[in-house]
Amino acid sequence: MIDVLLITLLITLFYMAIANRLMTYIKVLAIQGVLLFVVAFVQLEEINPLNLGFILLETIVVKAIVVPFFLVYILRKNNITREAEPFVSNFFSLIITTLIVVLTVLLSNTIQEAHLDKIFFIVAMSTLFFGLYLIATRRKIITHVMGYLVIENGIFVLSLAVGNEMPMLVNLGIMLDIFASVLILGIFLNKIGDVFKDVDVQQLNSLKDV
Amino acid sequence: MILTYLIGALIIAIGISVNRNKWVNYSLAGTYLLLQWIFTIYACFHLNETDLGYFTYDSLGILLLITLSIIAIPAMIHSKIYVENHHESGAIRAIYFLSMVGLITAIGAGYLANHIAVTWIFTEITTLSASALIYHHRNKLALEGTWKYVFIGAISITFVFIGILFLSLSIQLSGTGHMSYASLLENAHLMNPFWLRLAFLFIFTGYTVKLGLVPMFTAGVDAKDKAPAPAGALLSSVLMNLGFVGVFRMYIIVANTPLHHWANLVIGISAFLSLFVATVYMIKVKNIKRMLAYSSIEHMGLVMLGVAAGGIGYYAAILHIILHAFVKSSLFFQYNQLYRVFQSKSIYLVGNYFKYNTTGAMVLLLGFISAAAMPPSGLFVSEFLIFRSLFEAHQLVLLIAVLLLLTMIIWAFGKNILKILFIPPVGFNENNVPRISPWESVTQFVLLALAVYLGLNPPVEFVHLIEESLILLPH
Repeated sequence: MIDVLLITLLITLFYMAIANRLMTYIKVLAIQGVLLFVVAFVQLEEINPLNLGFILLETIVVKAIVVPFFLVYILRKNNITREAEPFVSNFFSLIITTLIVVLTVLLSNTIQEAHLDKIFFIVAMSTLFFGLYLIATRRKIITHVMGYLVIENGIFVLSLAVGNEMPMLVNLGIMLDIFASVLILGIFLNKIGDVFKDVDVQQLNSLKDV
Repeated sequence: MILTYLIGALIIAIGISVNRNKWVNYSLAGTYLLLQWIFTIYACFHLNETDLGYFTYDSLGILLLITLSIIAIPAMIHSKIYVENHHESGAIRAIYFLSMVGLITAIGAGYLANHIAVTWIFTEITTLSASALIYHHRNKLALEGTWKYVFIGAISITFVFIGILFLSLSIQLSGTGHMSYASLLENAHLMNPFWLRLAFLFIFTGYTVKLGLVPMFTAGVDAKDKAPAPAGALLSSVLMNLGFVGVFRMYIIVANTPLHHWANLVIGISAFLSLFVATVYMIKVKNIKRMLAYSSIEHMGLVMLGVAAGGIGYYAAILHIILHAFVKSSLFFQYNQLYRVFQSKSIYLVGNYFKYNTTGAMVLLLGFISAAAMPPSGLFVSEFLIFRSLFEAHQLVLLIAVLLLLTMIIWAFGKNILKILFIPPVGFNENNVPRISPWESVTQFVLLALAVYLGLNPPVEFVHLIEESLILLPH
């Protein structure tokens, strides 16, 4: 069951790699939020109600509802065009995403340890590197934020892998998510939209040494 | 006591944000300094005791806490001068002091944390309060600086968290679930080397944003450029020390495993690249604040080279970060007076500073001598010890390369500083130069003198504290 869910999460990454519109990205992020909740629910066996509530709040409420709606609100408010405007072609993106997944699989095969479910490691690292790739190859500031949200999802998966032994780390990870989302999205993107009319990274190059 | 301290800081912060009266703000900031010092003195008398379960007053923490408390006093004084000169509105002033209190408290608590996750949490809080300080001017450039700092800070803090997760995987084999530094150290030999390697890489990379090393140094430079100079002084000295604490405490654990040599290699490569990057930028930089920020990167590179070389290098590294904090913060405090005279931070538009503000120019000259590690600067002693440690580690090629890079840095730094001090600027209108009271520079002289004193004639307790903080490293 968990394998199916995690592989679905991996497939959403491929979908994201070739998506053209920002709305698709937002929808994929919402789907990932729901997937993460189910994974957490199945994976954490002896979970106390308080923790479950916390995870529910984080995945369903924050990741699947609040953040996507807020992103849509930002898109509308700042009249951001609907194209993602990648620097590279979709075909190339797909190849690189495949390479990322293959490399993490190869990396995980070098681990000689029975303790860890390898699939968690593979999915988490692929998601992490895919998030970094997304940040590096898209032109808009808002896609950088989406890349960061993808990275956060990867970390959530990784924290679930150790969640049964150390529930504290899952809570810490959730704290990080909420903290960073509020800081980056809440305070910041609002301001950036007001000051930089076309929200494009090319505008963020005025801080220079000379 | 630390609970009282944190709650007290919180109450003061709330007080500042609720009441925007100028004098209420200042007196609350003063009260905070008093609280900070009471806490520091309390900590000194309770060496190696654990407080609240997650904080230990160990020697490294105490040393850096004292450094922080000393720098906090001039930081608040210069903040007051800064805010008055800019005629800030009540709200902006309140947010400024609120963030200063938050930043200093978070840095102090981060030094003392004995649990890897607690250090991480307080590092996160410093990102938050620092970003409020960087955004102080609320214009386009400030926004750009803040955005970069927040974004790269968020990614780095995420990296540290991934490192902590890997660390938890590596200790699962040893059968303990507790992640305090002491218990990690105890089980160091049982850890799975694969996970430990990954953990160290991620934690190190994450903390470089605070420490100011390759690869994440860029955001810090922008931050120090856009933050008001008194805040920049904190970012460029005590906050970098927090990054050092994060890396160093993890390094102690790795050093007690067979991965010691590998960790030295990682740190050494990053440190050398930082020195190289600092040299390249120092040669072409024309923005005075960024020049000071790149100089900090150079010093942190040297510190980490000392750590990588080992031996006497450990001692030199800790001495160096403390002295560097005093010198660099005093230069940043001085920068504010320079800006008031010339209204520009470009080296092209400033010059002949001796004519307009003699006391300030003296600070700049002495600060340059200190930062370039020429005798009688205290940094001379620590840099010399770092070179010696490299020599003793048989890294002659590296040592020669480092010395060449340092020569270039001193040349570039000196060229710019001497231009500021002696060469008259072109097209500068002398009529509107404000008179700057020499009293404003007193704190800067004190900080510079302290760096000389601690370097040349370190008190016995000081040496003892440094040695005690290295006791857990293998010899």
